Amino acid sequence: MNGRLASEIVSLSLEHLTLVAITLGIAMAAAIPGAVLLARRAAARRWVLGFANIAQTIPSLALFGFLLPLPWIGGIGKRTAVIALCLYALLPILRNTLTGILGVDAGVRESAVAMGMTRRQILWQVELPLAVPSIVAGLRIATVTTIGTATIAAFIGAGGLGVFIVRGIAMMDKPQILAGAVPAAAMALLADEALEWIERKLSPA
Amino acid sequence: MSAHAIVEIRHLSCVLGGRTVLRDISLRVEEGETVVLLGRSGSGKTTLLKAVNGLTTPSAGEVWFEGRPAAQWDPIQLRRRMGYVIQDAGLFPHWTVAANVGLVPRLENWPPDRVAARVESLLEAVGLAPGEFRERYPRQLSGGQKQRVGIARALAADPPLLLLDEPFAALDPITRFELQRQFLHLRRTVRKTALFVTHDVREALMMASRVALLRDGALDLILTPEEFLAASTAEAKAFLASLEENWRQDERPPRI
Ligand SMILES: Nc1ncnc2c1ncn2[C@@H]1O[C@H](COP(=O)(O)OP(=O)(O)OP(=O)(O)O)[C@@H](O)[C@H]1O
Ligand SMILES: [Mg+2]
Repeated sequence: MNGRLASEIVSLSLEHLTLVAITLGIAMAAAIPGAVLLARRAAARRWVLGFANIAQTIPSLALFGFLLPLPWIGGIGKRTAVIALCLYALLPILRNTLTGILGVDAGVRESAVAMGMTRRQILWQVELPLAVPSIVAGLRIATVTTIGTATIAAFIGAGGLGVFIVRGIAMMDKPQILAGAVPAAAMALLADEALEWIERKLSPA
Repeated sequence: MSAHAIVEIRHLSCVLGGRTVLRDISLRVEEGETVVLLGRSGSGKTTLLKAVNGLTTPSAGEVWFEGRPAAQWDPIQLRRRMGYVIQDAGLFPHWTVAANVGLVPRLENWPPDRVAARVESLLEAVGLAPGEFRERYPRQLSGGQKQRVGIARALAADPPLLLLDEPFAALDPITRFELQRQFLHLRRTVRKTALFVTHDVREALMMASRVALLRDGALDLILTPEEFLAASTAEAKAFLASLEENWRQDERPPRI
């Protein structure tokens, strides 16, 4: 392997990671508070989850295609890619956070009320901590999905490891494709392992 | 001077899921007094405690606490002035014993070292060696140990009223007797006011200033333990009969 390829793998991997990190940051910032709001609103919850489920089924390449011509959010580049990736990352985090909060034992919640905790204290001190393992499980699904889907985002100019794949397909150059696919797969596996470890650490034994 | 009522329940009824669980209950608990709610399983004892605590909204009637109707209280303040020992403990699974016991003092913004000292002395008081139990999680405790943590938690902020829902039910007879005696001592020394739920007549007669007998969600009678021993309602007699039956069994163990 020549030096130029190696350094390109490193720099595109970093770009890939950045893309993934930004996506997950935004998705968490939207999905976790969203889940907190939806936890107390059953009707709205059905609508939002239904919509998110549909969004999830749109093939990623098609979604990038839809977003491109849109004003403000469209166009070639990272921003469009991040928006599309966020749409995919949102659902698992939202759903798992909801599952975690709604799964808190009714007796535990009642006990919190009986002790004179306010709703905010119950949320921060009881519901969210007890939901953490489930939230991390959702984050894990979102992370693995995003690392994979982000390779496709190179088609709309997002950069990252997908650049190798796009180039490799265009030039029918198998090693180029592998130079993108292998590090992406390794990244996904590593992230999966790391988050699984955290999830285990945080779950009550 | 007439005694000061800490809790006054006025014509309270509760309908839950279409069933009348409590009907027209009136009851005063005066300062320093322990009123024991005695009744069969399903007679509405827990529901009555929940109504006092504001966990259950009455469908009729009202609860007064410290001279004011509960509706005029901030529910958070009201609950923090009532130490509640929940049936089956209701501990927070993600917190250690120390964190569980120190909850209300923390909510009341006590300084951490004062909370820690309070937790320490409460664990001692309920017979759990602090060094051994402080850092354990509820899942690492036996049923009776959980119950004692629940009792310590209810006492933590030294509330004027205690609500105790079968607090000694999961204990072995020796520990139970020990805690019953400690509770009586506590009542004499700091004049704790308490609503104490049990289905055990013997415990009721031991702990009570007055026994309130619940039958099918209605108050059958409310009497001092001495009066209760001579009570004539069918439900009281049924409970007293179970007491005699116990004594007879104590004298003459059943043959196998
Ligand atoms: N949320 C509810 N909805 C409908 N019925 C209820 C509800 N909560 C309690 N009940 C019913 O009300 C009755 C009284 O219940 P409660 O828990 O107060 O009984 P208890 O006297 O505490 O019994 P135990 O000694 O078994 O704890 C029971 O028949 C119970 O099934
Ligand atoms: Mg009960």
